[in-house]
Amino acid sequence: MLEELTAGFPVLTCILFLPVLGAIVLWLFEDEDMVRTSALTITLLELALSVFVLLRFVPESAAMQFTERVRWIPALGISYHLGVDGISVLFVGLTAFLSVLVVIYSWDTIRHQVKLYMMCLLALETTTMGVFVSLDLILFFVFWELMLIPSYFLIKLWGGGAERHYAALKFVLYTLLGSVFMLVGIALLNINFHQWASLHHTDQSYSFDLLELLSAPIPMDQQILIFWLMFMGFAFKAPIFPFHTWLPDALMEGPIGMAVVLAGLKLGTFGFMRFSLPLLPDASQSDMVVTVVVVLGLCAILYGAWMALVQPDFRRLLAYSSISHLGFIVVGLFSLNYQGLQGSLLTMINLGFSTAGLFFIAGFLYSRQQSTQLSAFGGMAKQVPLLATFFLIIGLASIGLPGTNGFVGEFLILLGAFKAKWWFGAVAVLGVIFGAAYFLWYYERAMLGPVGKAVKQTMSDLQLREMVIAVSLSAMILWIGLYPSPFLRIMNGSVQALVDRLNHGTVAALGSSTTEKGR
Amino acid sequence: MSDLTDLFIKLIPILPLLAAIANGLLGSRYSHEMAHRLAWGSVGLSFLCAISVFADILRTGTAHEVVAYQWIFGGDLTINLAYLVDPLTCVMLLVVTGVGFLIHVYSVGYMHGEPGFTRFFIYMNLFMVSMLLLVMGNNYVVLFIGWEGVGLCSYLLIGYYYDKVSAAKAATKAFVVNRIGDAGFLLAIFLIFVNFKTLDYTKVFAQVGQLSPEMATAIALCLLIGAVGKSAQLPLYTWLPDAMEGPTPVSALIHAATMVTAGVYMIVRNHVIFDLSPTAMEVVAFIGGGTALFAATIGLVQTDIKRVLAYSTVSQLGYMFLGCGIGAYTAAVFHLMTHAFFKALLFLSAGSVIHALSGEQDITKMGGLSKKIPWTYRLFLIGTIAIAGIPPLAGFWSKDEIMAHAFTHNHFLLYGIAAIGAFLTSFYMFRLTYLTFYGKSRLDHHTEAHVHESPLVMIGPLVALGFLSLVGGLLLGFPPEHGWLHQFLAPVVGSAGEHEVSTELVSTLMAVATSIAVIGWGLAHFMYQVSTPTANVWAEKFSGAYKTLLNKYYVDELYDAIIVEPIKRLGGLLDWFDRTVIDGLVRGVGQLTDWGSAGSTWVEKYIVYAGLNVIGYGNHLAAHEGRKVQSGMVHHYVALIVAGLFLLALVVQFFVQM
Repeated sequence: MLEELTAGFPVLTCILFLPVLGAIVLWLFEDEDMVRTSALTITLLELALSVFVLLRFVPESAAMQFTERVRWIPALGISYHLGVDGISVLFVGLTAFLSVLVVIYSWDTIRHQVKLYMMCLLALETTTMGVFVSLDLILFFVFWELMLIPSYFLIKLWGGGAERHYAALKFVLYTLLGSVFMLVGIALLNINFHQWASLHHTDQSYSFDLLELLSAPIPMDQQILIFWLMFMGFAFKAPIFPFHTWLPDALMEGPIGMAVVLAGLKLGTFGFMRFSLPLLPDASQSDMVVTVVVVLGLCAILYGAWMALVQPDFRRLLAYSSISHLGFIVVGLFSLNYQGLQGSLLTMINLGFSTAGLFFIAGFLYSRQQSTQLSAFGGMAKQVPLLATFFLIIGLASIGLPGTNGFVGEFLILLGAFKAKWWFGAVAVLGVIFGAAYFLWYYERAMLGPVGKAVKQTMSDLQLREMVIAVSLSAMILWIGLYPSPFLRIMNGSVQALVDRLNHGTVAALGSSTTEKGR
Repeated sequence: MSDLTDLFIKLIPILPLLAAIANGLLGSRYSHEMAHRLAWGSVGLSFLCAISVFADILRTGTAHEVVAYQWIFGGDLTINLAYLVDPLTCVMLLVVTGVGFLIHVYSVGYMHGEPGFTRFFIYMNLFMVSMLLLVMGNNYVVLFIGWEGVGLCSYLLIGYYYDKVSAAKAATKAFVVNRIGDAGFLLAIFLIFVNFKTLDYTKVFAQVGQLSPEMATAIALCLLIGAVGKSAQLPLYTWLPDAMEGPTPVSALIHAATMVTAGVYMIVRNHVIFDLSPTAMEVVAFIGGGTALFAATIGLVQTDIKRVLAYSTVSQLGYMFLGCGIGAYTAAVFHLMTHAFFKALLFLSAGSVIHALSGEQDITKMGGLSKKIPWTYRLFLIGTIAIAGIPPLAGFWSKDEIMAHAFTHNHFLLYGIAAIGAFLTSFYMFRLTYLTFYGKSRLDHHTEAHVHESPLVMIGPLVALGFLSLVGGLLLGFPPEHGWLHQFLAPVVGSAGEHEVSTELVSTLMAVATSIAVIGWGLAHFMYQVSTPTANVWAEKFSGAYKTLLNKYYVDELYDAIIVEPIKRLGGLLDWFDRTVIDGLVRGVGQLTDWGSAGSTWVEKYIVYAGLNVIGYGNHLAAHEGRKVQSGMVHHYVALIVAGLFLLALVVQFFVQM
């Protein structure tokens, strides 16, 4: 019954445009509570749609599902092409999930220009979803760029720090700079396709369509060039060491809600997995690329963790711990084997719960002490035991304790890295020690010991809205940690296809595992 | 019957987990009475299940492998949450649940009235779950869940009095030092997977013959790093003495009887890999022997009752490692068991002393307690005699077996180390007993007035452990090398039968061991009973050595100076580097293009609004940052994107024409 009703229903288009349409509806309201309630309703509806997609998604399959395709600019081969596979579908769910939590968090922490804030959030949700579900590179690029607009305003207008204008601009310029390179890379892909298609007399000679681009072989030197061009785009965005300095600023100065999205949704590394690896499999495996990228990743792991160790500000600590985690992801991706890829993908999802969760915790602390500096804390566990408990649970997930989601991802990455080259794994494993050190040392000084001088005498423990956030994040953390099976099944088909693609190079096309109409 | 056994196996770790969840969710709703009943009740039930499983294995002689569910999978990797219960696991199960149950019961009395009573039992139950997974897992990853799980619970329980700075620091230290070991363990797991394409014990051990000696050494040494961290051996032992910040039942359960023996269990479990590498075996043996002696010397002069016991634990774990390293696996497990009995007994009796003295732990402020708390005294004395190695108590049989094995297998240096260690052990344990229970009372009046014997709920478990310390050795391991335990464990570790030793030699070695222990006792008796000033005289005479020992060879200070501080300092340097150099470069580039864009503004304005130079354009925005930006910005961005697309079209056009 449900199946018949939903056949041919453009669910991804709905997911894509529901938030931005919702943002327009918000414009009509004046009452702030009304704005909040509507924003929550919209994000909840979006979450429901995403859960629907996840439930209807056929696991263990490499096919693009729920595909929709409309020609947009035929002359250039640009189309409105949407679809999800095992690599992207979980991000759709994660984005929707985090958006709900951000709205809940912002309920009483954002006090001025609530309407505009919620509109920005919703616009951000649409553009982020767009990045995940686009199968056309131009469509993808448009969303990739559009995302900057709401982000810019969110940091600039609702940021708490004095340097927020600088941080917002730095963030935008850095990403834009990377995008230019990426755009040239995309253009070269298109040109390569054109040359190949002209030789083979196919009807369409231009295309930006991911699945079509996959069918055209690319000469090695071209691949290498395009790889580095796209690398700039994704590495700046991720960010990968040493292109990371915008991140601590943006996370410090921007509002918590923005930080959750920035640190929770790993767009840059998603880009590698979605585009770089399958489109440029030979370049991705070339010794030079692997060595350079993995060494950057290993540096990021250690550098980020080491930096995190000495940060007195919790948000800055989290920024550097993110950089360390991104190092793990990069190392996993460029191990180019099953465990590495699977672990990286899972870790990207995991960090959406753990790192994002820690930013919520930072937010909870900020609401109580108006600071995330260590000097403002000390012995907080005595006064806010529940907060301290969830802080610990989410923090342990971020350092990969078995039983939490972090372990499953980190273990797979390390195993994959070790399989690729033993010293990848041996160096990366040091991050495990540093992770425990920076998190627990900070936790000890902030939460344990005698109550700090600057800590307010009366302080309320987690409130209802905060509890909703903390409990739902912890539930996801434990679910993926203890029973990851549903998540692994969703990603397995696509990960296997990617491994095959890497093994066969550009000649054997991933695109030949044709698209399957979403049921 | 077998199905029922499988069900019991699954229940063993689940029962404490359910209790922990129930207490966690509802703990604040109902009384403390309910919380502790759930806690010890569930562990008691697990113990009963373990006995039933044990009986089944004893009868049928077959190991059980039970899969709970598929945990991590994909590609060529499958990791199940699955259990393997064989004789070795059975022994560990009985120790963990049995001693665990007694300590839970004791805790009801000891922790009575503490704030966070329910929290304590939640952590204890979670610890039981982790420890049970550790010993029951059928593959390395389940072992690792338990491995880090017990580490977490240890962290939580050391930091139980979390508002104390020392407790919080000790907790962090324990976790981080353990993580160093865990990293080594992870490497071992990866090496095993790369070599065997599986992580299940049975499959790995079946193919172990294909390992090259170098690879076997590599795997064994990585495993050893893990074991050294968890079992507090040289050089990673420093966390264990600090771990005494936790409540005493925690010290007994986690830091004496169960968790710290996980390293020994792991080595015995993997003995087929260790057997392939004489090098690794030698390293294990010397780390064990070295630790046994090293920790014993520190134990000589410590004045905190729990710290003496902590160093004694480190030292005794050294004996177990020594046993493993010379291939005396059964003896190592035997010592693990008897140690669990007498060390739990000693810690819990010490707890009873501390309880009686309203929290006093300094033995220089005790004395003369034998009359006031007679039950505690008698039980502590049993523990002391057992650990000192005086027959027929438990410790004698297991320690002697390790030492005899070393002697008869020509490891004379190790035998010598172990013998000196045994002498020191006997000495410092009797010193502890004399200072605590004999002589004149050195208590302050206030404490003295409140001295009281502990309630039955605490003495009861002590009596049970005392009984085991008395006869456990005889029951399990007599006659030496051919006792019940040896036969039971033979399917796992092989039998020691092929190396026959004359009974005269065995008896001589026993006599020597006994004399060593008695001499140690005698010396302690002389120094702390007959001629009490001697101790102080010697301390002054050898003040250099005394101070070194008192300060634990300054190892903590050394680690701080050469590891912790440099790491922090270098971190500060990196922070400067990040802000000044890396970010400085970024800002420099921004500045450059800003100047560049000033020149090109005219072009941008009048030629194509599009950013043929998007970088320059972006900085054009930067240059006009001060202006009213908010509303105008959106248009700029849209224009920027359109410009980008335009640029793209141009590029495409250009190439097409080529």
